[in-house]
Amino acid sequence: MDLLLNSAMVNWSRAQFAMTAGYHWLFVPLTLGLAIIMSIMESIYVKTGDESWKRATKFWQKIFGINFAIGVATGIILEFQFGTNWSNYSWFVGDIFGAPLVIEGIVAFFLEATFISIMFFGWNRVSKKAHLTATWLTTIGATLSAYWILVANAWMQYPIGMEFNPDTVRNEMTDFWALVSSSVAINKFFHAVLSGWGVAASFVVGISAWYLIKKRHIDFALKSIKMGAVFGFISFVLLAVTGDGSAYQVSQKQPMKLAAMEGLYKGQAGAGLIAVGVLNPKKESFDDDVNPYIFKITIPKLLSYLGYRDLNAFVPGIKDIIYGGYKLQDGTTALSFAEKKERGQKAVEALVNYKAAKEDGRISDVEVFEKELRDNYAYFGYSYLENPEDNIPNVHITFYSFHVMVIIGMYFILLFLVIWIYGRKKKLHSSRWLLYVGLWSIPFAYLAGQLGWIVAEVGRQPWTIQDVLPVKAAVSNLGTGHVLTTFILFAVMFTALLVAEVTIMVKQIKKGPEEIHNDDITKTVESKSKEK
Amino acid sequence: MITYSFLQHYWWFIMSTLGGLLVFLLFVQGGQSMLFSLSKNEDEKKLLINTLGRKWEYTFTTLVTFGAAFFAAFPLFYSTSFSGAYWVWMLILFCFVLQAVSYEFQSKPGNIFGPTTYRAFLFINGMLGTFLLGVAVATFFTGSEFTVNKGNITGMGSLGLVISQWQSPWMGLEALANFRNWCLGLAVLFLARTLASLYFVNRLNHKTLENRSRKFVLYNGIPFILFFLIFLIWTLVSDGFAVDPDTEVISMSKNKYFNNFLDMPVVSIFFLLGVVGVLFGIFATVFNPNFKKGIVFAGTGTVLTVMMLLLVAGFNNTAYYPSTIDLQSSLTLQSSSSSEFTLQVLSVVSLLLPVVVGYIIYAWRALEKKKLGLDDLKSDGHSY
Repeated sequence: MDLLLNSAMVNWSRAQFAMTAGYHWLFVPLTLGLAIIMSIMESIYVKTGDESWKRATKFWQKIFGINFAIGVATGIILEFQFGTNWSNYSWFVGDIFGAPLVIEGIVAFFLEATFISIMFFGWNRVSKKAHLTATWLTTIGATLSAYWILVANAWMQYPIGMEFNPDTVRNEMTDFWALVSSSVAINKFFHAVLSGWGVAASFVVGISAWYLIKKRHIDFALKSIKMGAVFGFISFVLLAVTGDGSAYQVSQKQPMKLAAMEGLYKGQAGAGLIAVGVLNPKKESFDDDVNPYIFKITIPKLLSYLGYRDLNAFVPGIKDIIYGGYKLQDGTTALSFAEKKERGQKAVEALVNYKAAKEDGRISDVEVFEKELRDNYAYFGYSYLENPEDNIPNVHITFYSFHVMVIIGMYFILLFLVIWIYGRKKKLHSSRWLLYVGLWSIPFAYLAGQLGWIVAEVGRQPWTIQDVLPVKAAVSNLGTGHVLTTFILFAVMFTALLVAEVTIMVKQIKKGPEEIHNDDITKTVESKSKEK
Repeated sequence: MITYSFLQHYWWFIMSTLGGLLVFLLFVQGGQSMLFSLSKNEDEKKLLINTLGRKWEYTFTTLVTFGAAFFAAFPLFYSTSFSGAYWVWMLILFCFVLQAVSYEFQSKPGNIFGPTTYRAFLFINGMLGTFLLGVAVATFFTGSEFTVNKGNITGMGSLGLVISQWQSPWMGLEALANFRNWCLGLAVLFLARTLASLYFVNRLNHKTLENRSRKFVLYNGIPFILFFLIFLIWTLVSDGFAVDPDTEVISMSKNKYFNNFLDMPVVSIFFLLGVVGVLFGIFATVFNPNFKKGIVFAGTGTVLTVMMLLLVAGFNNTAYYPSTIDLQSSLTLQSSSSSEFTLQVLSVVSLLLPVVVGYIIYAWRALEKKKLGLDDLKSDGHSY
């Protein structure tokens, strides 16, 4: 099929979207997690009347505010880029994909944007309880916002609740409930939000550790680091649980992604999970006999278990998926790439014939072509792919991103546990090494979040909608020069804003939480005396 | 009976409402465009920034929801206009991205570019953002150069895979070659500035700025009225893009938009009420030095006027996003909307809108119980 599309333009559109998403996910995780932390802190303040918790709340709120602004700025670009750079996508699946986005705006984003004003400016304008409610509603709004976005993303990876309409030449929603309650969406939501909590926990722990190293704001730092460690430990343990859920779902719905995550070319029953491994750069084709690994340490049978809950289950490799012929879970035989492509082409031809028959009023032909289209539609997207290689994501990027992310996740479970224990034993002050480790671990939490999205998005290539629409058929018809120009503009703008944001945050952190005013101290002393 | 056609019209009504609210909320941008001219010293600037900064999220959120609602309810518009008028939308986005960070960053220590840079960003957003949004909306009446062929996705057509093809190499900037588009762009810009001035009169606890704002109501209100009237009269006497409801064939129709007003008297009445509201808000504020409620009348009037104008663009069998080079590619409510099921789902969700409006009113009133003065910036716990 002559696509008449410029691959440079497709690649620049991809790069632009990936860059925007990457920047977006630098800022959003911190706001998702900090929202919870500051809401808990303010709840303690309202319950105890202890002004030091108010001081802590206001400090983390400031950091939240700096991140929130740049998070929404990058978010709006992502939303509009579906229209600007992915116009075919917008029509082909807009009937389904647009719904969660507008629902996000109505039920979540407005909630967040409305109550954030009270949260920031209402300290002396509304009652304590009303302010606390506003803070929690801001948190709920931010979290709900993430839910709807992840429903949309999950649907791209596991499209359900839809039917292709040949008359309108698009996919149309048939089951909204299937969309919002999809197991992939639910798991993705928890996994992504928990990763945000993990980033925020590492941030709070790291910054508090820095205050303790510098012997500044000791009371505030101890309160924050203890809360951060508990919050972080719980988040990362739950991340491991939802990560397992993700791996299970990927093995069922996107076996090629799982194979790429493990660098698995040749499938096997009772497949082991690679704990640590180095890929062989000499492996150039899925079809050659070169060993894909230079080095690997494998945990026996674990991949089979994680993927299929069966220690001896067969896990297909890249080669198996390309050539097909193995037994699927439902007992049917997997089709090869060539067979899928053939069926995809049949679907496209049936669509063309259907339109022609309808135009000519050939009713019986219309029914025949519609049936042929529906019988083959599951493979519609394969018609756009030329070679088997087009169906394989970048194995190196997916493999290393996945494994480094998992290692970082395990590292944080251990780190938070140790800090938690040291905190309970009141030994944090004297353990400067641990404080330094906490401080310098902040970037790794961000790295893990970025790598998680790289696994999810690079691993699903070439698809924008799994099996239905590949990236190269989803784009707008823009000249390469236009997209390249906006890419450069965005790159410069986002980078400049990131630098500005980091320097502002560093200044705020150096400044520290505001000192308690004398009248606040008096109030605290008075309230404590009353309690006694 | 809730038919497919009813749902399509209902969602165009929602889009028109969001459009009306968005234009009203552009008073934030209007105020930003006057940062350097209305204020004479740092304290005044700070007060203006803080007055506007407490409302910027509303405009931003409404813009996001407006875009998302187009995506969900009229995806063919989303795919055609955003990809085709690429540079117009991209410039609007750039403006709004710069705005989003500027309030928070401009006064913070460590903002490496200095407060003047961020204030310049706010100014750019105020001038360019409002003007370009006006130009983009004007093309709903003047048309653009595009074709739509859904069959392209099969790859069998001569133009490749892409369904919506923009024919101008200027990718949206060609809209600036049409003076009628300029008129609506300038009208929106001056309306936003007028509304901002009225808002300052109402909200500021600062006599000097209040008096100056009253003068700015006049300075901006007159050009707004002028450009709006030119656009309106030009549109009423121009041919419009009519759709045959049975065959869905699109043709040029003489005085289509004028006839739409005549065919829809309720729309005409609300449109006139809106215009009167805006004019009353402006002139009562200019001529009565004690009158401070101008923003209420002009704000409500703005929402009504814009809503009705957008209804005239899409209702009564009108192609709301016309193609000037291929009439049959023009977008209509029927040809560009989502499926009936999706519109039903979205309509159920839209029932939550009164709840959203309710808590926005609560939050707005909670923060606006008293006017904002310089002293409040120190006592509110957070300031820009």
